Amino acid sequence: MNRVLSSCFVSVLLIAIAFAQTAEAPRTANPVYAPLTKAPKKAVARRNPLQDDPDAVVGGAKLFALHCSECHGEMAEGGKKAPSLLADEVQQSTPGTLFWLLSNGVVRRGMPVWSKLPEPQRWQLVSYIKSLNPKPDAGSEKHPEETNSGSPPPANQTP
Amino acid sequence: MFSILQRKFSGDRRTSRGRLVLIVLTMLAGAVIPARAQESPYIVTYDHYLEEPGSLEVECFSTFGTQRAANDFHAFWSEFEYGVTAFWTTEFYLDSQTTFNESTVFTGFRWENRVRLLQNEHFINPVLYLEYEQTSGADKILKEVEGHDVESDYAVPNAIASQEHDHEMELKLLLSKNFKSWNIAENTLAAKNLTGGNPWEFGYAIGASRPLGLKASAQRCSFCAENFVAGVEMYGGLGTTSRFGLPNTSHYLAPVAAWNLPSDWTIRISPGFGLNDNSHRFLLRLGVSREFSGFGNALSRLFGGR
Repeated sequence: MNRVLSSCFVSVLLIAIAFAQTAEAPRTANPVYAPLTKAPKKAVARRNPLQDDPDAVVGGAKLFALHCSECHGEMAEGGKKAPSLLADEVQQSTPGTLFWLLSNGVVRRGMPVWSKLPEPQRWQLVSYIKSLNPKPDAGSEKHPEETNSGSPPPANQTP
Repeated sequence: MFSILQRKFSGDRRTSRGRLVLIVLTMLAGAVIPARAQESPYIVTYDHYLEEPGSLEVECFSTFGTQRAANDFHAFWSEFEYGVTAFWTTEFYLDSQTTFNESTVFTGFRWENRVRLLQNEHFINPVLYLEYEQTSGADKILKEVEGHDVESDYAVPNAIASQEHDHEMELKLLLSKNFKSWNIAENTLAAKNLTGGNPWEFGYAIGASRPLGLKASAQRCSFCAENFVAGVEMYGGLGTTSRFGLPNTSHYLAPVAAWNLPSDWTIRISPGFGLNDNSHRFLLRLGVSREFSGFGNALSRLFGGR
């Protein structure tokens, strides 16, 4: 009897956890970019210390060709193994969000952890990725708190 | 194409098979993209970074060791490290050694697996390491120091030591963290010789390293500071289950350096110094490696995959 009760309790608990996770998980238009929404607020708000460094983009381009282009494509257009970095979901994310994602990877989906690159190199990569923005008015490197609207960064929005 | 090649080399079956393997390997080498990775300079210590998925790293290492009561030796080993997934890396080793004034012998193989336990980066990042090794008593690569391993164990002549065959299982907990551009890594190991009723043996390895340059330069360059990583590692034995502790153990301190060349090669060097009378006085380790990203895809395409 006890065993039956325990099994029922465990099953109910598992179902509850599953529902809770479904309810809590922020949704994005394209699930491939869902990991961007998982960045903690503190990480999202981080500024790019190399934002005003003109060499950051050039150095970032070199790093991108070495470490990222094999999966994300030479022009960051995406490939079989990894999504496009030209997509709005990426380009409208804050530099802090991209830095957080680079540092933590998406290990479950095959993106390695890139914290082995020193922090300045990761920021250089962020500068380069943001420089690829096909729409000049979207996803500027401006800090979210500095924007007039004061709206939260797009990466944390739930559509 | 293979049938034509096979017919062409049909004289000696063994030779033709060997040539076919060579051709396949050449084709694979041509199909994959060499990638310069930011390689760690450690030779004994492991940090928490795994091989990128689908990448193969081919490494050749050597250890030159001095011995007080026997001939000096030069052990060398090859490593084939493959990233199965972003959280699992598997590696195969082939070991051998030359003891001066004695002989050169193949000493066995090792198969190791490293599994990342946590998805994200944390204050400390744990990786579980599991290795099976089948080596002879003449193995001298000193890839790890465990239990009561001491210099005199390596003084046994090759002809005798080669008769001993060990099957060993090794477990390690690799802990590593990055702090202000420094990497700090700590490994704890427990090894069990599966032949006979030997006790568990314990050991440790700790290391710290930092790239000399933190920002990437705009130009492609060989001597840029960002291409060099330097640090230090220390490793040694911690006794066995029956006699745990530092008595009759050996310990080493070794500065380490790696040079990541833009031509896709990494060169490592590490002079090691014995810290007590049980240790070899001096160990010089050298390593050359090259990483091939996309190896998994190339292999898959070669056999009809997409």
